Amino acid sequence: MSESIALSHDAHPAGRGLTRWIKTTNHKDIGTLYLLFSLIMFFIGGAMAMVIRAELFEPGLQFVNPGFYNQLVTMHGLIMVFGAVMPAFVGLANWMIPLMIGAPDMALPRLNNWSFWILPFAFTLLLLTLFLPGGGPEGGWTLYVPYSLELGYSFPFLIFAIHLMGISSVLGGINIIVTILNMRAPGMTLMKMPLFVWAWLITAYLLVAVMPVLAGGVTMQLFDHFFGTHFFSVAGGGSPLLWENVFWFFGHPEVYIMILPAFGIISEIVPTFSRKPLFGRTSMIYALASIAFLSFIVWGHHMFTSGMPVSADLFFMFSTMLIAVPTGVKIFNWIATMWKGALTFEVPMLFAIAFIVLFTIGGFSGVMLALAPADFQYHNSYFVVAHLHYVLVTGAVFAIMAAVYYWLPKWTGHRYSEFWGKVHFWVSVISVNVLYFPMHFLGLAGMPRRVPDYAVQFTDLNMISSIGAFVFGSAQLIFVAIIFATIYGGKKAEARAWEGAHGLEWTVPSPAPYHTFSSPPEVMG
Amino acid sequence: MKKKWLHAAWCTSLLAAITMPTLWAANLYNLPHGVTPVSHAIYGLSMMAFWIMCGIAVVVFGAITWSIIFHRRSRHPKPADFHENTVLEIVWTVIPFLILIAMAIPAARVLIRAENVHHSELTVEVTGYQWLWRYTYPRWKINIYSRLADSSLRIAPLHSGRSPYSTPHYLHAVTHPLVLPVGEKVRLLITSKDVIHSWWVPDLGVQMDANPGLVNSIWVKILKPGTYRGQCNQICGWGHAYMPIVVVAKPKAQFLSWVKHWRKRHPQALSPATTPDP
Repeated sequence: MSESIALSHDAHPAGRGLTRWIKTTNHKDIGTLYLLFSLIMFFIGGAMAMVIRAELFEPGLQFVNPGFYNQLVTMHGLIMVFGAVMPAFVGLANWMIPLMIGAPDMALPRLNNWSFWILPFAFTLLLLTLFLPGGGPEGGWTLYVPYSLELGYSFPFLIFAIHLMGISSVLGGINIIVTILNMRAPGMTLMKMPLFVWAWLITAYLLVAVMPVLAGGVTMQLFDHFFGTHFFSVAGGGSPLLWENVFWFFGHPEVYIMILPAFGIISEIVPTFSRKPLFGRTSMIYALASIAFLSFIVWGHHMFTSGMPVSADLFFMFSTMLIAVPTGVKIFNWIATMWKGALTFEVPMLFAIAFIVLFTIGGFSGVMLALAPADFQYHNSYFVVAHLHYVLVTGAVFAIMAAVYYWLPKWTGHRYSEFWGKVHFWVSVISVNVLYFPMHFLGLAGMPRRVPDYAVQFTDLNMISSIGAFVFGSAQLIFVAIIFATIYGGKKAEARAWEGAHGLEWTVPSPAPYHTFSSPPEVMG
Repeated sequence: MKKKWLHAAWCTSLLAAITMPTLWAANLYNLPHGVTPVSHAIYGLSMMAFWIMCGIAVVVFGAITWSIIFHRRSRHPKPADFHENTVLEIVWTVIPFLILIAMAIPAARVLIRAENVHHSELTVEVTGYQWLWRYTYPRWKINIYSRLADSSLRIAPLHSGRSPYSTPHYLHAVTHPLVLPVGEKVRLLITSKDVIHSWWVPDLGVQMDANPGLVNSIWVKILKPGTYRGQCNQICGWGHAYMPIVVVAKPKAQFLSWVKHWRKRHPQALSPATTPDP
């Protein structure tokens, strides 16, 4: 009796219209909210990038003043990292982890609601600073002191916004850990978990470990600014290098927070479209764990030019180079999975292959940057801008797009248009290389990052890069059109939307009903 | 058969479309070989790493391309079912490790050499300000304030209506350059009076942060007379793009006569400790 009542009561959302989304504790609703929020932020951050590339189209200032340019650079970084990439992965985790481990929902549904609803407020606060006298934060997303302490009204807004983002991430991370460790269906041992779940388990630990470090750091900045402490000023016994160390102790694990879930996604998609099991499941899991561990001992490679002693430079150089080993293991595993498969190239697979190739290029420049003396030339140049965008855009963002195309049938119950998906892919993959590849050469030739204006010898490549940027930016409108067209129509999707796909998420109907796995599924094998 | 040709033509043109502009750009826009022993060593290191990466790229991307062409379902409909192979997995862990060691050893050598500031023959203090550099020669009590040259300053503002092409070295020209002797090991003591700046001259193979309240040291030994340009490379505010660095290297005799000349024209030179901030 109780079961039938529960079913009729729970089979649909609790509220209607807006209240449904505000009050929801359903992991699918919250996943959707995260993903939509991330999409909006992707476009806000992207619009800023368009202004940046327009200004850099030719030497001389055409559109913005240097101060506002610095604000754009800073906001673009903060929004893309904390507003676009991280929430997109958390959204994917919310939607997919319970479905993949056979759980009815996340372990802490109300906390989940709160984790999400903090974010719109955090980013409203952050974006509002652009309208304050003096404008938004300026020092780059790294918030180096003492520049950051020179900020005016935007400073406390910035710090508070970062605190809110941090709280949201830590709560989200805790929820994911607890869900994975406690709510797996009977028979799903840790080693049988899908790779995406594994990647997120490790990522969540990274989140819980390092977000508080950033929170502590920005609190120290707040105290230096308002309460007369001297954590970061030499005159008072502190050091500006303390901030660099604290920031990058957070910052390097942070960049892996943005790439490990991508590794998980690619490890789901490549076997599906190769119609072959993942080559080395165990070694993939160990590689993930090794990368996560190494991420804690390499932060100094962001500071090779800060004047560290040579012994520290050596240590960080060696430890950083070591990361190439487990990363290589992952790349080789994906290729070995494709090898002698029966490959088809639907849009998720296209994005996954582009990810493998372009992320590897990002890895190449990463190894070059790890060589400390070479970094004396590459550091803070456009070479670094090229590197970080190869790993973050053609890495993390391409993986997110692959995931969206892969699971869209499951979320909406409709198939997206393969034709338009392929148009989106090809335009994106070509333009993104036109955008970022020339930046390698700009950096080598001596163009610094974060400048609104440059010497005339850098003009040609900047023009090429800007044209790539405009095409890449516009191409994302196709992405949005495809998503909404798929939500509201399209061919019906089957439960197992891809014939080569395995995993519990494909055993529930498409679209996934509002409640799934109210009684746990059987896990075979 | 026709399809095969089409495939081959496709692949070749795609490959050409990618490699041709890459080689063109790599040739025109690369690290400068530079004019110091350290810049030469860094150039060699960078090129070595670049070619190793190219080699790995050929193998990795070759395998992916092969798989895409020959293991697609239309050609290879029945997927194999192999997974896990301990020997293969050990091989692809050990080989990258060995390649890394091969790069790490020369890199460590260059690093230790680049950071050894002992036995310098001349010391120059470099101080960053928002937004200019000060160069101080303690031996001769010379102070040089090095700002963006007026020729660039007139063009830089928004809506200035002037073309950056109308002046040589737009944004890379200064009021007074740093003058150094050729062939001497010069120690640079780098610091800042406000926010963090960074002193970067690619031709000298030098980039070092200027941290407020802390002093970093680095050395240069310029082998060739000439003018070498760079700029601040740490975002430091409104004028970050407008604090260029110009180093003029002169032979020893000319350098000494420059010193003499400068002191004659600036007799009021103060000792560095009491030098006023600009």
